[in-house]
Amino acid sequence: MDKVFISGNHCIAEAAIRAGCRCYFGYPITPQNELGEYMAAHMRRAGGVFLQSESETAAINMVIGAASVGTRVMTSSSSPGVSLKQEGLSFLAGFEFPAVIVNMMRGGPGLGNIAPAQGDYFQSTRGGGHGDYRTPVLAPASVQELADLTVKAFALADAYRTPVMLVGDGMMGQMKEPVTFPEPIDPETLPAKPWALKGRGDGPSRYQASLILDGLEMERHNWKLVRKYKVLAEQETMYESYMMDDAEFVVVAYGTTARIAKGAIKRARKDGLKVGLIRPITLFPFPDKVLRELARSIRHFLVFEMSTGQMVEDVRLALENCGVEINFHGRPGGVIPTPVEFSRVIHRYYRRM
Amino acid sequence: MELLNKWPKYYKKDVISHYCPGCGHGIVHRLVAEVLEELDLGRKAYLVCPAGCAVLAYHYFDFDVIESAHGRGTAIATGAKRARPELFVISYQGDGDLSAIGTAETIHSANRGENICVIFINNAVYGMTGGQMAPTSVIGQSTMTSPEGRNPEVDGYPLHITDVVASFPGVAYAERTSVATPAGIRKTRKAIRQAFETQVEGLGYSIVEVLSPCPTNWKMDPVTACRWVEEEMVKEYKPGVLTDKREEKRKEKG
Amino acid sequence: MSKKDKVFTVQVRRDFCKGCGLCVEYCKKEVLQVSPRLNRLGYNPAEAANPEACIGCLVCTQVCPDLAIEVYSG
Repeated sequence: MDKVFISGNHCIAEAAIRAGCRCYFGYPITPQNELGEYMAAHMRRAGGVFLQSESETAAINMVIGAASVGTRVMTSSSSPGVSLKQEGLSFLAGFEFPAVIVNMMRGGPGLGNIAPAQGDYFQSTRGGGHGDYRTPVLAPASVQELADLTVKAFALADAYRTPVMLVGDGMMGQMKEPVTFPEPIDPETLPAKPWALKGRGDGPSRYQASLILDGLEMERHNWKLVRKYKVLAEQETMYESYMMDDAEFVVVAYGTTARIAKGAIKRARKDGLKVGLIRPITLFPFPDKVLRELARSIRHFLVFEMSTGQMVEDVRLALENCGVEINFHGRPGGVIPTPVEFSRVIHRYYRRM
Repeated sequence: MELLNKWPKYYKKDVISHYCPGCGHGIVHRLVAEVLEELDLGRKAYLVCPAGCAVLAYHYFDFDVIESAHGRGTAIATGAKRARPELFVISYQGDGDLSAIGTAETIHSANRGENICVIFINNAVYGMTGGQMAPTSVIGQSTMTSPEGRNPEVDGYPLHITDVVASFPGVAYAERTSVATPAGIRKTRKAIRQAFETQVEGLGYSIVEVLSPCPTNWKMDPVTACRWVEEEMVKEYKPGVLTDKREEKRKEKG
Repeated sequence: MSKKDKVFTVQVRRDFCKGCGLCVEYCKKEVLQVSPRLNRLGYNPAEAANPEACIGCLVCTQVCPDLAIEVYSG
């Protein structure tokens, strides 16, 4: 297929439809409105359902309904709206229903602003809602990757029976880049979901329960989820290495921040600094193994985030007892750092090596 | 010897329910199962049960059932019905679920005219949590959180949510009944049938509000609780058909 | 045989009855009463104390929240 010049928000919607998503439920919130608008214009053409809900809470519960009957389903929102979806995310994780939830993060807390930010890292990777669960989180850094990871998110959701989050920000959502879309998937050709509630027909009746009153049974369910997350970590962890061949200093950054970091690293390289980038593509499971391997030979790590320091905790956990230096530089609240700013920070810590 | 009251096909056999003696849920469960059998809908039925006493309804219903978060029944029902319109979708909810925490979902699913059926158990109290005041508690009703009786100056007035949604153009059928007398039970059965037929015909949203005794939390014996429904509750919540727009809807559909 | 000549049998499934007494209250023919003996659930269940009076109206089965009553004809 030819390349299409398309914005990030439109791209996710198109990729979702191509991935066989046939239900979209959402509520308007900036900076991701174009996603729902694209769905409104194109989902029905694909024979699917677009419904603007009365709230994000209702949207995520409509997602539960559609997921429970075996349909590929998506909702999207931005930070304050994703907070409202957390109840449903907890239920999706508990039910083990596949669904894709997009969060185009904005500055916070509270209403905050609509500028790019990464302040929802904890909420995304630590479960977000109540109870002991995690959600796989994908963090694209280009519009092409938005397309690829949207398709991947649906595949992961079905394969692992879990809600999957795709996180970006207004920068990712609004910018246009050339994209090659994958060929559309006919949902009818996807593997059957024998657990889905489609009416008992002539077979036995089934139910999907969220209430598990027996403590030991609830505990078993929790450990079952943990085993699933372990398999996810072994099989699905993704990251990008950039200019790492001879690197003596590692920058860790994801999404928009990773793009800016790449610009900064290019500048630093021109100045002769041996700097490379590890860009987590899955935030959960976090690519801790690669960081630990690098820590055998590299002693200096610098984490860039558009937050006051959230992913840096995962880097510290990954590198616990490795005896390496981990530094952090963040710009929270919707402030977009520049490559010049990042390269100055790289220079500052590099000199201390 | 011929058994006259055959076991409903879509009700699990020989399970002792967790409901308290004299609770109306058991009666309404049986009616739902009976009408599903009567209309041959059990094979494609999908019921959402609420957070509340009926959360374990799947132990009794012998068709497909899902649980919902508190108040979200009609949002889940919307998602399921939109995704698979061939399913017969019911949301079974209590008064706290439907008219307090789930008010927005109730109002908007009704206003969209979702082609689903809502069975609304109104017992004027939060049952599972131990008898706290509900939006539907009547004035003067003593509950765990209105020990002096519901006082409108502090607690507001009983919420007539079924009357509210009945006024929406998307709501094809709404009826209020009671299961506190044999005649009320027969009317409830008929109302559930009308509601179910509304969805089968594709006419839109239907709701049956059932005034239902909660002897335990009302601190009454079951017989007195039924009397309280018939003598007190019906003064606030008058039984009857609240709207029937099925004929108009049929014409609209052509 | 006219309806009133028909014979009906009421059986309370003792261990499914929670003794709410609604069937006793609503049976116009006073067929049922609350048993003085406890059942396995620890309730005093209903029992058919006056079975020959049953007219097969099935009201008891309609008001029973626990599907604990069976009525047979013949």
